[in-house]
Amino acid sequence: MPSPVPLDEAIATHVRDGDTVALEGFTHLIPFAAAHEIARQGRRNLKLVRMTPDVVYDQLIGLGVADELVFSYGGNPGVGSLHRLRDAVEKHWPHKLVVHEHSHAGLANAYVAGAARLPFAVLRGYRGTDLEQQSDIISRITCPFTGEELAAVKAVNPDVSVIHAQLADRDGNVMLWGLTGVQREAVLAADRAIVTVEEIVDEFPDRTGAVILPEWALAAVSVVPGGAWPSYALGYSTRDNDFYQQWDAVSRDRGAFLAWAKENGLEAAADA
Amino acid sequence: MPEAWKSADMMNVAAARELHDGDVCLVGVGPPNLAANLARHTHAPSCRLVYESGAIDAKPRRLPLSIGDDDLAATATSVVSVPEMFNYWVGAGRIDVGFLGAAQIDRFGNINTTVIGPHDNPKTRLPGAGGAPEIAANAGRVIVIVKQSPRTFVERVDFVTSVGYGPTGRERQSPGAGPTLVITDHGVLEPDPETNELTMTRLHPGVTAEQARAATGWELKLADDVQEVPAPTEVELDMLRRLRAREVIDA
Repeated sequence: MPSPVPLDEAIATHVRDGDTVALEGFTHLIPFAAAHEIARQGRRNLKLVRMTPDVVYDQLIGLGVADELVFSYGGNPGVGSLHRLRDAVEKHWPHKLVVHEHSHAGLANAYVAGAARLPFAVLRGYRGTDLEQQSDIISRITCPFTGEELAAVKAVNPDVSVIHAQLADRDGNVMLWGLTGVQREAVLAADRAIVTVEEIVDEFPDRTGAVILPEWALAAVSVVPGGAWPSYALGYSTRDNDFYQQWDAVSRDRGAFLAWAKENGLEAAADA
Repeated sequence: MPEAWKSADMMNVAAARELHDGDVCLVGVGPPNLAANLARHTHAPSCRLVYESGAIDAKPRRLPLSIGDDDLAATATSVVSVPEMFNYWVGAGRIDVGFLGAAQIDRFGNINTTVIGPHDNPKTRLPGAGGAPEIAANAGRVIVIVKQSPRTFVERVDFVTSVGYGPTGRERQSPGAGPTLVITDHGVLEPDPETNELTMTRLHPGVTAEQARAATGWELKLADDVQEVPAPTEVELDMLRRLRAREVIDA
């Protein structure tokens, strides 16, 4: 990956109908602008993966972009329900959404296995829960050394992972800091990774705890200042909590949601 | 008694009081977030707040709306990735207290936060598991904060998202002690030492045993000597109000 490319070009080149697509960012650094570009380009039948679907997937699900969802917590943090997600699951609007669900630990480890190109990960969890009924993604395995029975989760390997980061350098290496969630794993688990960044710098600053992803592990970098809004990029913006609270009313009603889509140039993407 | 406070205030205050100074506490969104920060600003200034988003020893200057607010990382001693949080910290048993919420809970403390109705065709789709199953399994003790009603306190949960003491109260195999306290707007329930059945051991001021029974979807067991929870103090209520208003408290 050499020089940055425009976001529309990155999405057009790398995201295809039917792909398994992960947009990661745990509350912080959620790639909203890239999500909207995916919708704007009319992608369909995606299998979306994300630990916390958040408002970003509520929007994509409402626009009819996804057929399936892999996730671990589908709420609007601190606010309540994701109404578009609920409408799709409960009432099949705009169409049916098939869900595959994990705990946070389960999905985080599924990404870890994916990044390591291993078929599964083990953890001490899930025992006694009904989540285990999803035998295609969660099973049990006996430790060959101690005989302990552990949970096994199937690896997640997205066709495309998309993240937002603070910085890229001139070579296309990427740097992010603050809450870095599961982004390193999501990028390394994917066949192709797209990163939107706040800005390009000549040289990375010293940052304790920063994650740096080398350019040769990435498919495309695009410069999109504010690309995480209404999520945020530490050092550049703060979380727009008002938007998250207002989304409750917008998303609760199909008409209000479609009006929002129209106001934001996403009406062509909507199924309805 | 003057109605200077509501039952929801009492619930949050009662939950905060159960956090001891020095506890390592894993905090989720909603009431746990309020209770943990209330404890930190009243009787437990040295309790350590861990947010599953990766912030360890976060000291938020005002109540965070989400578990990923910028203030958490900015004030944390250490910020770790989500896989590290769940594998090295939660899974490894480094959390003393986990707070959980519930859409449904049964008499053995098994919790549903996934669906009402069948999983493949639910009547109500709930947020799902999040960090709860691992917290329920691995935290030293688990405090459930939930409003008590027959819809929530059910004979049988529609889906087991997080395990308490198992279907008959005897199946728990996880390392942590399980739900040692369930704090509601009516009072406090604790597992019976022999059967693990949730038993009402304390009632909030002004709440009767009859009201608690009526708010429970199974035949509620009450302790022989039910205690009254002390009413919220002025200090607790004032701090609760300031936290809810999202005032900046730590300069």
